Amino acid sequence: MTDRATVRTEQGLDADGLRDAYRMMRTIREFEERLHTEFATGDIPGFVHLYAGEEASATGVCTNLDGRDSIASTHRGHGHCIAKGVEVKGMMAEIYGKATGTCRGKGGSMHIADLSKGMLGANGIVGGGPPLICGTALAAKIQGTGGVSVAFFGDGASNQGTTLEAMNLAAVWNLPAIFVAENNGYAESTSSNWSVAADNIADRAAGFGMPGVIVDGFDFFAVHEAAGEAIARARAGGGPTLIEVKFTRYYGHFEGDQQTYRADEVAHAREELDCLKRFRARVIETGELTAAELDAIDAEVLQLIEESVTEAKAAPVPTADDLLTDVYITY
Amino acid sequence: MSDIIKVVMPKWGLSMTTGRVTEWLVDEGDEVSPGDDLLEIDTDKIAGALESPGGGILRRQIAQIDESIPVGATIGLLAPAEVSEEEIEKAARIAREELDSGSVEDVAGPEVGKVAVKGREIAFARLGTEGEDIVLVHGYGGDKNSWLFVQEPLSAAYVVDAIDLPGHGESSKDVGDGSLDVLVEAVTGYLAEQGIERAHLVGHSLGGAVVTAAAAAAPERVASLTLIAPAGYGPAINATYLRGFAGAQSRRQLQPHLGDLYGDPSLATRQLADDLMKFKRLDGVDEALNAILGTLLDGDAPGIDVAPLLAGIDVPVQVVWGDADAVIAASNAQGLDDRSVVTTLPGVGHMAHMEQPSAVVTAITSAVEAANG
Amino acid sequence: MARMISYRDAINEALTLEMERDETVIVMGEDNAGGASAGSPGEEDAWGGVLGVTKGLYGKFPGRVLDTPISESAFVGAAVGAATAGLRPVAELMFIDFMGVCFDQIFNQAAKFRYMFGGKAVTPVVIRTMYGAGLRAAAQHSQVLYPLFTHIPGLKVVVPSSPYEAKGLLIQAIRDNDPVIFCEHKAMYDVQGDVPEGAYAIPFGEANVVRDGDDVTIVALGRMVSVAEEAAKELAANGIEAEIVDPRTTSPLDTETILESVERTGRLVVVDESSPRCSVGRDISAIVAEQSFGALRGPIQVVTPPHTPVPFSDVLEDLYVPSAQDVVNAVKTVADWKR
Repeated sequence: MTDRATVRTEQGLDADGLRDAYRMMRTIREFEERLHTEFATGDIPGFVHLYAGEEASATGVCTNLDGRDSIASTHRGHGHCIAKGVEVKGMMAEIYGKATGTCRGKGGSMHIADLSKGMLGANGIVGGGPPLICGTALAAKIQGTGGVSVAFFGDGASNQGTTLEAMNLAAVWNLPAIFVAENNGYAESTSSNWSVAADNIADRAAGFGMPGVIVDGFDFFAVHEAAGEAIARARAGGGPTLIEVKFTRYYGHFEGDQQTYRADEVAHAREELDCLKRFRARVIETGELTAAELDAIDAEVLQLIEESVTEAKAAPVPTADDLLTDVYITY
Repeated sequence: MSDIIKVVMPKWGLSMTTGRVTEWLVDEGDEVSPGDDLLEIDTDKIAGALESPGGGILRRQIAQIDESIPVGATIGLLAPAEVSEEEIEKAARIAREELDSGSVEDVAGPEVGKVAVKGREIAFARLGTEGEDIVLVHGYGGDKNSWLFVQEPLSAAYVVDAIDLPGHGESSKDVGDGSLDVLVEAVTGYLAEQGIERAHLVGHSLGGAVVTAAAAAAPERVASLTLIAPAGYGPAINATYLRGFAGAQSRRQLQPHLGDLYGDPSLATRQLADDLMKFKRLDGVDEALNAILGTLLDGDAPGIDVAPLLAGIDVPVQVVWGDADAVIAASNAQGLDDRSVVTTLPGVGHMAHMEQPSAVVTAITSAVEAANG
Repeated sequence: MARMISYRDAINEALTLEMERDETVIVMGEDNAGGASAGSPGEEDAWGGVLGVTKGLYGKFPGRVLDTPISESAFVGAAVGAATAGLRPVAELMFIDFMGVCFDQIFNQAAKFRYMFGGKAVTPVVIRTMYGAGLRAAAQHSQVLYPLFTHIPGLKVVVPSSPYEAKGLLIQAIRDNDPVIFCEHKAMYDVQGDVPEGAYAIPFGEANVVRDGDDVTIVALGRMVSVAEEAAKELAANGIEAEIVDPRTTSPLDTETILESVERTGRLVVVDESSPRCSVGRDISAIVAEQSFGALRGPIQVVTPPHTPVPFSDVLEDLYVPSAQDVVNAVKTVADWKR
């Protein structure tokens, strides 16, 4: 999806860019909603952390990226993978633990990666990603590719030393690196209002001598614009930026989480703030896209997710041989 | 004092700084002739017998068994019977004091360096300061250090250069197409660069073919040839050994092939295999060895034939061949012409200059003398 | 031909040769250049690493020798990330003891990518790190922690025992496509050895037989190889010929050479400077006990320090580190053993 050159124009996105962005957000939403349903049947092994509600962040950032760029993600990584162009059917098969999965059934939901797409992996370690993207940003800088690297991390990881160290290093080395703090209000069950000592995660940017921006995470256009500005600055050698995206996740920390720590904020968000609803209303109102076009995308996405699940369920499981392969390249 | 001959710890290769006497082969009071084996020496790298530097009676064994002795230190005293016991005792005391105080002066090692030939660096080690020039050319996979038992005794009377062929030792690893011409040009170019007008060329195995072709290419520069188990003279060649040597990627793969080198396979030590792997692991060596392998072999048969060239070379030719040679069988000596003087060594394998160096020294000396004859 | 250089210079030479050969090789670490390159008013290449190992690289390779903040998680992670993106970074983790603040980036990230991403990741990162006792640096700067890395599938672990080994193994580490932990003994930097000038790579997983012998097999690692050699000399004087095997790499481990040797000698002594519990020494002991039980003519002996932190006082530290006498005693125990 992001293999085509950046879809941003002076005024924002053209019609093709808007269609791509909508398709990306809708794909993430349907992927996650379907997983929510399927997980309840008991067919999916392990842990699944859903990104539903947060689509505008991954999409708003990644619609500014191209094939030169890299991202690192989190345990809540499906949305970032889809936004960076990882193949959806392979992802679904991976989550089902099948041999046809993106990682041949050896990674699972928390470790989907496709380095050929510049996707360094969902990451089971909170705060695992930010140091890594300092490396991909350094490689881009040394090799002069013009590439930019983005670390997505949550409000929980914003308190990890790795994240703070990575921001310092990115500033010291003046790297083309963007730190996107996805503040969905909870680190597992712990409120970010309590766990983050600063008023805002973005306030910490000052401590590293970089710009810090707060964005409404339900507003695709706001994220897209803020990320676009930061990414353009990084590409031009202007160094890193910290962007805090604030929103609410629609499901629990993981599937099965009874969410007894929360008030009823999700219903309000789904009804009043939802990124897809807002996107749809705006582009129809401006006349940039029609309802029929958007409905057609919805239908195509549904079809894709349906096929993904059907194929994933039917796909072969890994064999005993796969247990021992790919520990090393040579050993 | 002047009649006393000091037997000193030899310097076998640049890295040797000390050696240990592992066994005296001659008792005090025994008569020895020049070239007789006096004692066994062991170093980190190599073990071998030290040949007597002169004739007389072994009057004293100075070095004790397993004592670490610096290169150049006196380890024994030779003298005729008429030298008084008092004189010998005095010399022995001085030698012992030198050893105990560690005041042995550093022996001048070989002069080492590199000269540029056709864009390639050719490394050499020179021993000896006076006399005619002798140039030693090693075989496939060897290097200039393989001559250590030969170079040292010859250096008393000659200026002896051991060189590394391209792709070997410390010379450039680029061998171009790996053809014989590239190697020959390295030798003739070396002589020109060093200003050696005329040299006695000595070649082992592949080096034997190289020096033959070099003599044909630059006859004015060559005074004699000594060929040790030379390649290029007949149908016999051990292709399995050559391919095994070139292809080995570990000591484990190499070791089984090395037994073919020596008449006594136990001489193919683990240390030898380690040293060869050290060489093979240098960047560029595998490529060089494979390129030259393409020259040495044509299928399973020899890929080079230098016998016809010998007819056009009007110099004395000495040949040394071990009758137990499992790499290039001694039957290939039939490919030599009548003028060649062939010495066949019983029980000796492909490495005559290491297995029986005195015979090789004798052959080289005979070639030099015949050329001056 | 012999060219004697130090362990330190051998490592520097390996870095220099590989940086010349391959422009994707970069070097990073605390004080790796040090000085003006990192904003200080003094010399440009003031330190060249805390013990001078990377001295001189900064001037030769502009832009490819990076000073870092004291921020091991960030820069070790950056090295891992850069390795996934086409560079061959060599990161210096100054003291192996500092793995405590960056281990996640090594064992959860670098070590796992290949397997966890279904065989699609290539992470050619090298982490150079100093280990070992002997410099009176006490408990937080003297540990021998290579067993911890050895325990992790996905990492390769190198423990060079001489200048020759250090150069060839580091060149292999840099050319290798898997993550490599390269453990340098800090008390060996001034040890001299015969090292060829050119580049050469020593393959991983091939033990070096340092000394031949038929009476006992001594497997020794890193600096303990020279301790074993000293012991072997004394043993030889007493008629016991020890074969010394240096595994060179603890992962992969050349069990074949060790087992072959023990099958011949019937006796095994392992000398390992790490703490005894779950150590490489005990691992080798277990492998031999499992696979060559029938060949053993006496109990396997493992010579290690005691299960204590590394002490500071020179008197205590000298007691702590295994000595040649400890090795001799262990060999005599197994040689004299009667059922």
